[in-house]
Amino acid sequence: MEGTATAGFIVAQLEATPAAPAEAAPAAEPGAPLTDAAHGELAGVVIEEHATEEHGGTFPPFDSTYFASQLLWLAISFVVLYLLMSRVIIPRIGGILEDRRDRIARDLDQAGRLKQQSDEANAAYVKALSDARANAFRIAAEARDKAKGEAAARQAEIEKSLDGKLAAAETRIGEIKAKALADVGAIAAEAAEAVVDRLVGLKASATELKDAVGAARSGGTGNA
Amino acid sequence: MELPDPIHQFEIKEIVPLHLGATNVSFTNSALFMVLAVLIGCGFLLLASSRRRLVPGRWQSSAELTYEFVANTLRSSAGSQGMKFFPLVFSLFLFILMVNLFGMVPYFFTVTSHLIVTAALSILVIGLVVVYGFYKNGLGFFRLFVPHGVPGVILPFVVFIEVLSFVSRPISLSIRLFANILAGHITLKVFAGFIVVLSSLGWFGWIAAVLPLILTVALTALEVLVAVLQAYVFAILTSLYLNDAIHPGH
Repeated sequence: MEGTATAGFIVAQLEATPAAPAEAAPAAEPGAPLTDAAHGELAGVVIEEHATEEHGGTFPPFDSTYFASQLLWLAISFVVLYLLMSRVIIPRIGGILEDRRDRIARDLDQAGRLKQQSDEANAAYVKALSDARANAFRIAAEARDKAKGEAAARQAEIEKSLDGKLAAAETRIGEIKAKALADVGAIAAEAAEAVVDRLVGLKASATELKDAVGAARSGGTGNA
Repeated sequence: MELPDPIHQFEIKEIVPLHLGATNVSFTNSALFMVLAVLIGCGFLLLASSRRRLVPGRWQSSAELTYEFVANTLRSSAGSQGMKFFPLVFSLFLFILMVNLFGMVPYFFTVTSHLIVTAALSILVIGLVVVYGFYKNGLGFFRLFVPHGVPGVILPFVVFIEVLSFVSRPISLSIRLFANILAGHITLKVFAGFIVVLSSLGWFGWIAAVLPLILTVALTALEVLVAVLQAYVFAILTSLYLNDAIHPGH
């Protein structure tokens, strides 16, 4: 404290006569022949200046004159800074950052949920598609089988009816053939009668003709 | 031509003289730049975040990056329990960053070039560590000085070193910041002074002045880096010390 007071005093003194030492000192250096009184006065000023430099003015960072002032204003400004920081700035910027973090987390969450939904929808679509395809195959196979069965049944029916018709036709052919064969004797007898009549001029009786034809047919049959 | 005084830039000047009893509490150039640092720093963060947009613009993005940078520094050093000190660490970081960067502007005063300011900040940190350490752990806070698994013979020696290192923390914390800023500004001033002095020597001086000019440009870049880095170093060391208060067992 004492040092502070002394330094302050000397600084004050120096400020009272600021120009004097600066002007006096260069004059004193070369000027040797001076009166004792003037020399003493100059020496006094120089000594005082030296004293000032040693205590107060030399190195401002260690000058204790303004320690109290610096501490007070540091305390005031730092307390204001701290209060602004803790009450306004940090909550605000922290809030901004938190909001952003929440928003990003929420958006990511939503994106994940939507992705899951779309995955599910995709799976459902693929399943529906494969189901539909299987269904289509099944329907096609069924239709094919049914058509094949119907065609076979129809074919069988037609074949059966054709068989019937064929059988009927064969029966008729057989009948016609039998009838024709039965008629052959009469035709042969008539032909033989005409032949005999023409060649020999005789009228063969029906019984004779019939016997002859019968003989010829059995003989011819025998010969053939 | 004389070299410009490199110390002159650290002088404190009264702007509004104020006295509290016998104590001088004047509003000085130092106080002005403390207040400016708080106003501009908070103003930047408040304006940049005022629109609260979900998709941030450039300004909002830079405010958010600063916030997250400090938050990650604290969280990685002191864990999630340390986040209750986030306002303090962020305030310290922003304050030191702003006054350091203000110091890089020519004719501006650098608040952190005065040891009393950096000492006050580091005593605040260490004081908080001690108070919170005892409040949370009681006497268990002394475990900080007793590492696990040390043989009994050398234990007193290790405890002595641990105590010493703890005691030297406020000193190193304050001197590191103060000395970096002070030395940087003096160096910058000296090299810049060389340019002025050399260029007053005629054409040869003009050519010779190119070297200090290049150095000054390079040093300016370096000092901007140091200004930012020291703010970060202060913040991360605060986080580490707070971690000791929260988890005293090694």
